[in-house]
Amino acid sequence: MPPELVPLALQLLNALAFSMLLFQLAAGLSLIFGLLRFVNLAHGAFYMLGGYLGLALAQASGSFWLALAGVPVGVGLAGLGLEVVLLRPLYRRPHLEQVLLTFGLAFVLGDVVRLLWGGEVRSVAPPPELAGAAFLPGLGVGYPRYRLFVIASGLVLAGLFWLLQARTRLGAIVRAGVQDPEMVAALGIDVGRLFTAVFAFGVGLAAYSGVIAAPYQSLQLGMDFEALLLALIVVVIGGLGTLRGAFFGALLVGTADTFGKAAFPDYSLLVISALMAAVLISRPAGLFGRSLG
Amino acid sequence: MTAVLAPTARRPGGARRWLVGAGWLALALLPFLGLPPFVISSATQVLIYAMVAMSLDLLLGYTGLTSLGHAGFFGAGAYAAGLCALRFSAELPLTMLAALAVALACGLLVGALTVRAQGMQFLMLTLAFSQMLFAIAFKWTWLTGGANGLAGIPRPSLLGLSLADARAYYLATLAACALTALVLRTVVRSPFGQALVGIRENEARMQALGYPTWRYKWAAFGLAAALAGLAGAFLAGFNGFVAPSDLDWTTSGLLLIMAVLGGAGTLVGPALGAAIVLLLQTWLGSLPGLGERWPMVMGLVFMAFVIAGRGGAGGVPRRPVAWGAVLGLARRLSGR
Repeated sequence: MPPELVPLALQLLNALAFSMLLFQLAAGLSLIFGLLRFVNLAHGAFYMLGGYLGLALAQASGSFWLALAGVPVGVGLAGLGLEVVLLRPLYRRPHLEQVLLTFGLAFVLGDVVRLLWGGEVRSVAPPPELAGAAFLPGLGVGYPRYRLFVIASGLVLAGLFWLLQARTRLGAIVRAGVQDPEMVAALGIDVGRLFTAVFAFGVGLAAYSGVIAAPYQSLQLGMDFEALLLALIVVVIGGLGTLRGAFFGALLVGTADTFGKAAFPDYSLLVISALMAAVLISRPAGLFGRSLG
Repeated sequence: MTAVLAPTARRPGGARRWLVGAGWLALALLPFLGLPPFVISSATQVLIYAMVAMSLDLLLGYTGLTSLGHAGFFGAGAYAAGLCALRFSAELPLTMLAALAVALACGLLVGALTVRAQGMQFLMLTLAFSQMLFAIAFKWTWLTGGANGLAGIPRPSLLGLSLADARAYYLATLAACALTALVLRTVVRSPFGQALVGIRENEARMQALGYPTWRYKWAAFGLAAALAGLAGAFLAGFNGFVAPSDLDWTTSGLLLIMAVLGGAGTLVGPALGAAIVLLLQTWLGSLPGLGERWPMVMGLVFMAFVIAGRGGAGGVPRRPVAWGAVLGLARRLSGR
């Protein structure tokens, strides 16, 4: 590769890494919306909780991988409990009430993190296997291994989701539930249990992306709302409730943010927001979405 | 048809009219009772937030639009008033005008991009656009002071008379609050306001009747933003500084909580909600340890009210004022 193109290639890699982080973050939000029809405003709080719990578990056990496996399961189980206790009684009411409940939950969870871990910024070292830079022969330069891992994780998850949705019975049920939950229930499938499972899975996914994000960015209070905002922008652009929308929305936002930061360092959020406004004006339901009720 | 346009803001009957009048009179007499200064300043703060909560309720309770970005306009007004006071003139009518104009402009711009969206999407869009305003306040350092905000904003004066005295400032704020309440009351009782209620109840039907509903919603959004900005002008003068957190979404959430808690779809409800939330916050702040936990307490209270059926968002409130909500919650808790 000619040397003058190397900086561009590195920026593209950065954009891809950030996009894949965004995809993993937004996928859970989009999935929950697709089936349960409400926006989980506590999604960013579960992401932050995942990040801090991941740090705690990695420090306690000495293994990042154990944290990466264990934290999503734990947070997912907590989500399961919350769905059953708090959200299920609200399903007969307008969806906006469920949104408001998760909004309250976001405040509570954010404060729980502040109570347990305090306010200072924590940077997290990547696991030793992923520390340092990997030499990229095509480019002739090194690139942080951890970012390559983030890219790989995002791509693998996207592939798994696609397989799960397109090729399995469970995926078919979820797709059918997105189309018409009542019809699915009429076919003898326990929709209530499906809702609980999807909520728990989406929340676990938020925690997973929190664990992934910790060594990539750093942990600090306020990251929950920041993450929620980015995830909302991604799913609004991509179209709520579709994983394809989350994937391509994340690619667009991640790329716009990375190059926007390079071009106008202080105004990257405005670049993303302008992108969102442009998409909304031309396609109100997002790039891959259907119109919302 | 009559069901759609049934007025929600009934004209107060005899007893109620007296009650409202007595309430305003009591508020006007408050500074002359020899109360300690912190009471006056708490009351001023309540009035400021009551103004914003009422303006939010025009969207939430009357039009059925759940905005999660209302603090953006509150903060935009506060910044505009603060900048006007710092760089130009601290004369109250001028700071108010600056705040109104900037908030109205922001509101019309954001409204044009959001009011066509429905329920959930509207909520997300208002959230996203208010965070954009937050980002502008945070990053446009030479104008807004960035993360430090604007400090040293002088207390405004009214036609040369200083409002530095806490009681004088309280009375000015009360006058603005009364003006806001009057404007909103007039609006919700007008045919325009009744059309908004019709949109809340059944937008498709209003469209079928020939109402250009998005223009109605846009106008309501702009008006609510402008009134929130007006309250922002008083916030800037009250605190003496404006920080990006004033237009953060936590503030938007707080406003939503006030409106929901007091009872959306009425004007007195959100004002009462503002009083309850702020007094709760002050009271908790005085307890050792608990003041720190304010977000958690606020979140839990909010969740309890939503579970008790007080979401109010987009729907018709079942009981107008906070007391009804408290009773409903108690009934629910004891009933199960």
